[in-house]
Amino acid sequence: MSEILIQTLVSGLLIGLIYALVAIGLTMIFGVMDIINFSHGEFLMFGMYSSFWMYSLYALDPMFTLPLTALFLFALGVVIYKLVISKITNAPMVSQIFTTFGLMLLFRGIAQFLWKPDFRTIEKSMVSGSFSLAGIQVGAPQLTAGIGAILVTVGVYLFITKTRLGAALEATAADKEAARLMGIDSQKMFALAWGIGAACAGVAGGLLSTFFPIFPDVGANFILIAFVVVNLGGFGSIVGALIAGILVGVIEVMGGFLLGPQYKLAIVLVLFLAVLMFRPQGLMGKA
Amino acid sequence: MSNNAVISQPVEPPQSLPRKTANIGYVLMLASLVIALFVPQFVESPSHQNIAILILMAAQMGVAWNIVGGYAGQVSLGQAAFYGIGAYTSTLLFAMFGLNPWLAMVAGGVVAALISIVIGWSCFRMKGHYFAMATIAVAEIIQIIFTNWEYAGGAVGLTIPMDRQGWDVFVFASKVPYYYIALGLLVLTLLANLLIERSYFGYYFRAIKDEPDAARSLGVNLRKYKLIAFAVSSFFTALGGSFYAQKELYIDPASVLGTGLSIKMALVSILGGIGTLFGPVLGAGILTLIDEGTRALFGGTGRGTDLIIYAALIILVAVYYPNGVIGGFKSWMARRQAVQSQVARGEHQ
Repeated sequence: MSEILIQTLVSGLLIGLIYALVAIGLTMIFGVMDIINFSHGEFLMFGMYSSFWMYSLYALDPMFTLPLTALFLFALGVVIYKLVISKITNAPMVSQIFTTFGLMLLFRGIAQFLWKPDFRTIEKSMVSGSFSLAGIQVGAPQLTAGIGAILVTVGVYLFITKTRLGAALEATAADKEAARLMGIDSQKMFALAWGIGAACAGVAGGLLSTFFPIFPDVGANFILIAFVVVNLGGFGSIVGALIAGILVGVIEVMGGFLLGPQYKLAIVLVLFLAVLMFRPQGLMGKA
Repeated sequence: MSNNAVISQPVEPPQSLPRKTANIGYVLMLASLVIALFVPQFVESPSHQNIAILILMAAQMGVAWNIVGGYAGQVSLGQAAFYGIGAYTSTLLFAMFGLNPWLAMVAGGVVAALISIVIGWSCFRMKGHYFAMATIAVAEIIQIIFTNWEYAGGAVGLTIPMDRQGWDVFVFASKVPYYYIALGLLVLTLLANLLIERSYFGYYFRAIKDEPDAARSLGVNLRKYKLIAFAVSSFFTALGGSFYAQKELYIDPASVLGTGLSIKMALVSILGGIGTLFGPVLGAGILTLIDEGTRALFGGTGRGTDLIIYAALIILVAVYYPNGVIGGFKSWMARRQAVQSQVARGEHQ
């Protein structure tokens, strides 16, 4: 019994780290410009396809192509910002919601157009199989993905807290006007946030690609969870997203184990509503 | 954050229309109602009649959404929950207990309104983005419950028997009766909107939307009026859901509770003109024709071309026409009138 419990905890923790990485991108975009990106799951989807095509066309392992995937998605994030998002920075909330919602549908449509709605998988990655650690079965791809997600999260955190560019980003998030008066170009910061946000989701997709099916609508599996994580962690908080991601992953897997897998998303959503009701600013958000 | 947002937003001009524009609106609307009454006489192909019904249905749900999302400014992205609750309540009562489907439809509306009050009671603690996301979560939870609820057909769904037909059982072989019922439902929902717009509710709803802090300081009970808007909207949304069930004779969680449906309700309002009486009707016409058109032209390929066009349209409207067709028309009229009154020097008005 206790072994099953630990087993469940471990798999919850590992998927939770991926959730955290997806949510960090979302929380960064929201923190800097108060826009919720409904198309965030599709950045993850493009990250998966990027890994898949480099694997199947050039036999490059997803683990090695992660930096390239990050680069592609960074570029995509910046382009989307320049072409679309920059036009709605001061628009009413409804237009912002529908713009990113439209992007979500557009990205899914494009993926379906280019790569068909088929499920694809990466069969023989260098990380495959599973091993047993003190009686606990751990999948190698899941473990690698979890570790990768931690490394990227720490990297983003260090970038924000230790570099000048990161400080400028955070200053823009805190107070756009004051940051502008200090000579920070908020347009550039917004573009940077979209780039980093998309890259984080893309890397999460690359990490997932070794053990998760790849298809145009795959983002739908992650976007609601990412919203929950961002809310629990407090909008704009990276540390909050990390803790909340792990929490959500564990609760989801434990809830699925106790009540049946069909209810795992419902459990997470109920928890989300409960937290929103009593702490509308999130578990770790400031009032 | 919310305080800053309130301060930094420019104060919007009052929403009331100049009388002349309003009159044009009503004349146009009466004219389209008269035309609508005769559509089945001219459109004889059942598939075209079906498109006309789809437009009326989309318009009705948009008008219902507009009460809470447009007038009261509470952007709910989970109204499909109430559409589904209406559809399921009436279908269960009719198909399982033999209740008269018209009564079952009203019962569905009442159940949805009651549930919306419970949900609203907790969700209206939140504002803006938080409220929108909470409503998505609620709708998703309700969809999961229905998908796993064996009694309500689970993931397979429920069917309405077609063994009897006629007005007493609300089942017809021809599309024409459905057309007139859908038109009647739309007119009913529009009338409810008009009553709200004209009564003090309308002023309170707009106050909640535009100046919540000022409204509160004047003693308006924000929560109470948000709940009223939510319940009325959910009631009419549920009527639409029951109609869908009677028309299709089959419902399942994906078709009446899906997120896409919630989004569509909001989208028709935004496309036509959010917070305006007839905006959702216009938006529903445009959206349904584009939706059906792209599907007919490109849907068969299975390559998502219809989805791409639909999505591109959503983005274009959201970015360039945030006030929809009616918003665009109003600002054009306002500009024209400004020019005219300059010319007429005060004689005008």
